[in-house]
Amino acid sequence: MTLLPAPTLIELRQASVAYGAVQAVRDATMRVLQGDFIAVVGANGSGKTSLLRLLHGVVAHTGSREMLRPAGVQAMVFQRPFLLRLSVWNNLRIALWLARPDTATALRDERAEQALRRVGLAALRHRPARSLSGGEQQRLALARGWAVRPDILFLDEPTANLDPSAKKDVEALLADFAADGMTLVMSTHNLGQAKRLASRVIYMDEGRIDIDLPTSDFFASGTPGRAGLFLKGELSWSIEG
Amino acid sequence: MVDRGLNRARRSAALAAACAALLAWAPTLVSAQDRSITMASTTSTEQSGLFAHLLPAFRQASGIDVRVVAVGTGQALDMGRRGDADILFVHDRQAEEKLVAEGFGIKRTDVMYNDFVIVGPQGDPAGAKGRDVVAALARIAAASGSFISRGDKSGTHAAELRYWKMAGIDAPAARVTGYKECGCGMGPALNIASQSDAYVLTDRGTWLSFRNRGNLAILVEGDRRLFNQYGVIVVNPAKHPHVKVQLAQAFADWVLSPAGQQTIAAYQVGGEELFFPNAPR
Amino acid sequence: MVPAPRILPDERLVTSVVPESFSTAFRLIVHADPALVRTVALSLAVSGSACLCAAGLGLASGAWLAVARFPGRRAVLLVLDTLLALPSVVVGLAVYLLLSRSGPLGSWGILFTPAAMVIAQTILVLPIITALARQVVADALRDGGDQLRSMGAGALASALLMLLHERWAVATVMLIAFGRAVAEVGAVMIVGGNIDGVTRVMTTTIALETSKGDLPLALALGLVLLAVVALLNVAIALFRRGAGPLAVELR
Repeated sequence: MTLLPAPTLIELRQASVAYGAVQAVRDATMRVLQGDFIAVVGANGSGKTSLLRLLHGVVAHTGSREMLRPAGVQAMVFQRPFLLRLSVWNNLRIALWLARPDTATALRDERAEQALRRVGLAALRHRPARSLSGGEQQRLALARGWAVRPDILFLDEPTANLDPSAKKDVEALLADFAADGMTLVMSTHNLGQAKRLASRVIYMDEGRIDIDLPTSDFFASGTPGRAGLFLKGELSWSIEG
Repeated sequence: MVDRGLNRARRSAALAAACAALLAWAPTLVSAQDRSITMASTTSTEQSGLFAHLLPAFRQASGIDVRVVAVGTGQALDMGRRGDADILFVHDRQAEEKLVAEGFGIKRTDVMYNDFVIVGPQGDPAGAKGRDVVAALARIAAASGSFISRGDKSGTHAAELRYWKMAGIDAPAARVTGYKECGCGMGPALNIASQSDAYVLTDRGTWLSFRNRGNLAILVEGDRRLFNQYGVIVVNPAKHPHVKVQLAQAFADWVLSPAGQQTIAAYQVGGEELFFPNAPR
Repeated sequence: MVPAPRILPDERLVTSVVPESFSTAFRLIVHADPALVRTVALSLAVSGSACLCAAGLGLASGAWLAVARFPGRRAVLLVLDTLLALPSVVVGLAVYLLLSRSGPLGSWGILFTPAAMVIAQTILVLPIITALARQVVADALRDGGDQLRSMGAGALASALLMLLHERWAVATVMLIAFGRAVAEVGAVMIVGGNIDGVTRVMTTTIALETSKGDLPLALALGLVLLAVVALLNVAIALFRRGAGPLAVELR
């Protein structure tokens, strides 16, 4: 069976990000293809968040970053979601209004409703968003991201702060989104999570993209150098495996 | 859920009520000024309570509201020059005549006088007591007694400087020991004098209603030179066309008339007449 | 409200003034003398109006300054911070010169009216509202600016959303501004003229009674003013509680 290659959504060529004197990302070259579920892994400070920001286009950079589809909508979910001091419902509506200001109110409300149901927060719609539990807040952030129908959803360590059951809920949602065909780029330090969810793994070390492989290849034995050490270090105590 | 709805409604109602109250008040901001005039006068005159007695009588007689802005004589005359007042009621004859000469006032007329007194510590360490104000000041300077001056270009201050000059002493320049300028009104000056047992020149009216006397008492009074002449001047519409000249003239006419003069004489503090009407017949 | 001047025995300051002013304050409040009520109402109305007028411009400017980047921005912030220390007399004098009949806006004819007082106090509190709003928005953007930008909000939209997000902090800013306005005497004295029944407010009355030497009454009026402001704060706190426990907690 011949498969058409998936279209490229974003292409980076020798792109770098520096915050003052600190180099966060060095000469990154990679592509995000439609339908990818990329897990970006690496030690703390290896540049995962900066790579995400670079791909999302919210940070100044040198080198080339090309979006090969004009002005698509992207959304990002952060480790600690920032929610406005408004109700769950209003947080969603504002997100929709910001991303697609031309949408009719009725359509906006419908999307918000769908998003709430998708993540299972419909019953909490009028509660103050900040009164939700950690897991619920992250699910709201996911709803917020999903509602705008993004071409790419970026997630920066989305489950790092959650307890195991909340983590399970979020992972289930992400798997769901991926199954629907959404393109996801997620940074995580949880290798088990990467193995469970991602189609492709990027390993970063000190700002450089060291390895960029399909998941199965990445977790096959014999990964060389620091990446191998990283794998061993993580896997040796990562229970989820 | 119903609770929240009610709460929200209650809060919105409260906010709406507050806004409505503020809006209802707004018209008073641009207050109706049809039959009113602005009179620049001095703090000592207002604080004597004369206006609270005099102006209602005038309003009764004419229906005109007189709004008094009480400042120092210097500032009151400046208000006349700027056209910020319709009529002036101050007590510094020389400065008043100068203002009329400059064309800012139509005419200056005597209306009443009160007198100054020198108050000081009852023990009178400088031996100032008596009827002679010039001699008293000379003795105070010689004894390096504490003396509080208003130093604020007011009518009282101007009078004080005249008496020093008569005594041959240029008090501020000569830096007479014990001479202190506060740049303040009559009340604060009296407060300072009371606190520090000092001598001070004051008008009788302010002294009579002053509550915080401490150890002070009247030491010098009755000298003819201590009489403090008040003048009334209508601001000249030639310089400031907006001046409400008819209404202002109505007040001037009334206060100079027998009715106004009697009202002035009728004002008493503690059984004593404060101001002595002396409009020209 | 002010009784005709009466002759009173001399008194020692410390032992009798303070207790007398408390009892006078109590009496004044209980009897609700109409002149006093009118004076208090004028104080609240003038300062309240000034804060409302300054709020729109001040909050918007503060939000904008938090996100705008332009050459000379640092100089602007320096000037803004300096204006926080603007003496009220200086504002009063400047507005007086503007509104005087001999001044550029003399034809408005509003000198010595409450309108002039509102203008002066608006100018006085504008830097406070702007500087504090800028701080509130800048701090909030440090937390959530990334998220808002990622959601597609432009700089100004982010700033204004943060004003909404931090509405209780904004309320505190307005309270600070109101406090500054209702407590000042320099500006309203000069542009209002302290005209009895027209532009006499609490602070100018206190200044007047002080200069007349009636210190117990002056102190009593000060206590009345404080009591009124305390009442206002209680009302606001109750209003806030009505918004739900979370509004108070998540200040």
